[in-house]
Amino acid sequence: MSLSATFLPRKNRSRRVLPGFGLSMGFTVFYLSVIVLIPLAALVIRPWSAGFDGFWRVVVDHRVFAALRLSFGAAAIAAGINAICGPIVAWVLIRYRFPGKRLLDALVDLPFALPTAVAGIALSALYAPNGWLGEPLSHLGIKVAYTPLGVVVALTFIGLPFVVRTIQPVLADLSEQAEEAAATLGATRLQTISRVVLPMLLPSLITGTALAFARAVGEYGSVIFIAGNLPAISEIAPLLIIIKLEQYDYAGAATIGVIMLAASFVIILALNLLQYWAAARR
Amino acid sequence: MSVYPRGATKDHPLMRWLLCAVAIGFIGLFLVLPLAAVFLQALKQGLGVALAAVSEPDALAAIRLTLLVAAIAVPLNAVFGIAASWAIAKFDFRGKGLLTTLIDLPFSVSPVVAGLIYVLIFGLQGWFGPELREHGIKIIFALPGIVLATMFVTFPFVARELIPLMTDQGRAEEEAAATLGASGFQTLFRVTLPNIKWGLLYGVLLCNARAMGEFGAVSVVSGHIRGLTNTMPLHVEVLYNDYQFVGAFAVASLLALLAIVTLTFKSFLEWRYADEIAAVHHR
Repeated sequence: MSLSATFLPRKNRSRRVLPGFGLSMGFTVFYLSVIVLIPLAALVIRPWSAGFDGFWRVVVDHRVFAALRLSFGAAAIAAGINAICGPIVAWVLIRYRFPGKRLLDALVDLPFALPTAVAGIALSALYAPNGWLGEPLSHLGIKVAYTPLGVVVALTFIGLPFVVRTIQPVLADLSEQAEEAAATLGATRLQTISRVVLPMLLPSLITGTALAFARAVGEYGSVIFIAGNLPAISEIAPLLIIIKLEQYDYAGAATIGVIMLAASFVIILALNLLQYWAAARR
Repeated sequence: MSVYPRGATKDHPLMRWLLCAVAIGFIGLFLVLPLAAVFLQALKQGLGVALAAVSEPDALAAIRLTLLVAAIAVPLNAVFGIAASWAIAKFDFRGKGLLTTLIDLPFSVSPVVAGLIYVLIFGLQGWFGPELREHGIKIIFALPGIVLATMFVTFPFVARELIPLMTDQGRAEEEAAATLGASGFQTLFRVTLPNIKWGLLYGVLLCNARAMGEFGAVSVVSGHIRGLTNTMPLHVEVLYNDYQFVGAFAVASLLALLAIVTLTFKSFLEWRYADEIAAVHHR
């Protein structure tokens, strides 16, 4: 490796020895274009048939606006809940020993593995007014199923593993020496956590929360059963896309789709910037 | 023993107990309870009723379709994952970061949008809609559309496991094989694939779980034709909306079993072959 690095110009080194760059790269770009890029381009082009005015008219429509607000708002609240509970779960799984820890750890991935429709009907059955959780809650005057609160519950379920799994490796790599150093310098436990541990976890916490938010904004299957789907109240944006498609309003569906796609791009961009920031800070 | 008070690096016992309770309570409430609910609702009227619900013709058709779709989409994405990680991990070129980001893109796109894009291209009012109709080719509301939508949502799974793993493993072994006269495919099959087999299996496992369980994207392109274009998750939806709760939860518990098997197998791979899929977890 070092020999070839010394004697061959960097640009040609790997290409000269290993074959298959053209083939693998060509296939990669072709497959990526056919399955992902060209179809997404078709989406971005579609809403403008009636010009920007047509696009804007769809966005400010009462029902569309309410759906977008619910999707983004509920996703933000759910991500916030996971930003608090996720680090606690990660901390307990990394730092403490107790029976059943492995099982608990494996369970965190359940929302990744469980089909969203299954999660949806299960949550809906639990929180329905006659369900295991819905009935006691209704005595307290809290309605979860068929309200925006139900949307938040489903999105919290979906987002948890993103936060836990992003923080976990960082927390595991964190050496306890830094904490010991803080302690020898007279810091209390609370000061150590807030001034030493949390700042080191912060980039991964932000990343995990953003990933949970991104997933929650577009989530469909786990939400529609518990949401009740009342127009302008508990109707999420992805469902409205489907409703518009069923009415053959392709441009309207594409408009909502483009807004959600734009949100995805903003999140990806922000995460890439965050990575630069975290790398520069190190 | 130590010059600082012990309490400063260890949490107070009461705190430990409290944090454990919060974590276990949160997981129990949000994860365990829904999972338990699926099985208990399915068995509400006994095992016989549940078994009858999963063996009636429409349910069997849904199971067959789900298996067929996964059998097409997963291998294609696996081949793509190997090709992409070969190109990205074994060669230097400009725009590598951009390519990796684009490969991850489907993860941040809403499943409904994933279905929508294919309707915009192949649907009746889509780009190729009229031509396809003329030639009698059905993509939307038929198998090809379901496969395409599934391929989109499961697109990055294998690639994103293999890229960091193969980057970590470097190129020395492949270069040695090539220097000794092995052809490209000999190098791939005898050197690279044996090195990445557990990572590949890990990616395929996750890809398959998502492919069989995908709901949103498939829901847009399937048309919900009973016994024809309903996959298992869609069949669950149809039954649930028909108030056939036992049937819905019976089919759902098959999918939940798939999730449990996937998680068990995944934990096993992480424990047994930690080193060989390690790169994945040290990003």
